[in-house]
Amino acid sequence: MSVMVPFNPVEPFLRSERMPHIWCSGCGIGTTVNCFARALAESKLPLDKVAIVSGIGCTGRVAGYLNLDSFHTTHGRAIPFATGLKLANPELTVVVYSGDGDLIAIGGNHFIHAARRNVDIKVICINNFIYGMTGGQVAPTTPVGATATTAPYGCFERPFNLPYLAESSGAVYVARWTAYHVRYIAHSMAEALRKKGFSFIEILAPCPTLYQRRNKLGDGLETMRYYKQHSVIRHGANTRDLNLDFQGEITLGKFVDIERPTLQQTMGQRFRQVLRERYAG
Amino acid sequence: MPAATTGVKARKFRGEVFITEDRCKECGFCIEFCPPKVLEFSKEFNRHGYHPPILVNEAGCTGCDLCGLYCPDFAIYGLRVPVESPAATASAAGVSPLGNDASGVERVRQGGGI
Repeated sequence: MSVMVPFNPVEPFLRSERMPHIWCSGCGIGTTVNCFARALAESKLPLDKVAIVSGIGCTGRVAGYLNLDSFHTTHGRAIPFATGLKLANPELTVVVYSGDGDLIAIGGNHFIHAARRNVDIKVICINNFIYGMTGGQVAPTTPVGATATTAPYGCFERPFNLPYLAESSGAVYVARWTAYHVRYIAHSMAEALRKKGFSFIEILAPCPTLYQRRNKLGDGLETMRYYKQHSVIRHGANTRDLNLDFQGEITLGKFVDIERPTLQQTMGQRFRQVLRERYAG
Repeated sequence: MPAATTGVKARKFRGEVFITEDRCKECGFCIEFCPPKVLEFSKEFNRHGYHPPILVNEAGCTGCDLCGLYCPDFAIYGLRVPVESPAATASAAGVSPLGNDASGVERVRQGGGI
């Protein structure tokens, strides 16, 4: 049936001329972008005051598809770029939208230090357990036992527990969802957009072409069904207990929501104290 | 589909879905997660060789827009349209529920380009 399409509500947030996008059929990244568009609409932020920064990778393409001021940085450097952006123009709401490989492996050091300093940026990490765009190499999030192109006998290294890493580094908002939990994602993203400080949302998403196919886990839809059946929502759970096993149970929820002075505030306070009237900020 | 048909009488709104067929990549999320299960794969192909979804039970659609929230390709969305006035359909559909203008309409009608 050919239905005339009057208007898609997410269209104002997209660069429509770039559609269809490069993401595979069954990939969860587009679903999270949909949620982000709705969170932006709900937050009622003026769109010219929102900037989006991403690194390299499949998720890194988000910056190119959203109709916001955006920057596609070099691999792993999304957070330092976003930090500079926020410090130079504190009016902006700066969102870092990137994948697990970019944020946690190559940009891992930037990630922990931005959390430690409590830079006022919102970090959305799409975790598909693998390096997608570069050909399915093992990542620091690949669960023990899962195979990848560079781990043909299965991964034997302990993966990062991202909410625990974020909390222990100093993040003020930490949540984890899967691509199946769309309403929760949209709500969580809207909360993070309002929050002052380093907010971190991990979203598990299927990579049907590399992770799921290589591990014989079916397609994207099959993975979404798995998320539906094996997820437990435990708000406020201890982030220590959130390790992800290969095809095990997934604990979701909002784990951390605290207040702490941001980098901008502590810096201003210190400089005013020392420099007094010589400090212009 | 008993759950879908019993609610129709009392409803003040009916649901409509709008599909940009050429953007669809046949992942099946909209069909699987539609609460009243009113969508199915079409027999037709789109220009990239995928089967886009088709609304098979118009009365059952509630316009909840969960298909729109799930669609990774921004190819489908649902809308609630008041039942009483058929004239309101077009105007309600032309205005985004998110309160934005309709500047994207023309681009969407043309379908996607690579």
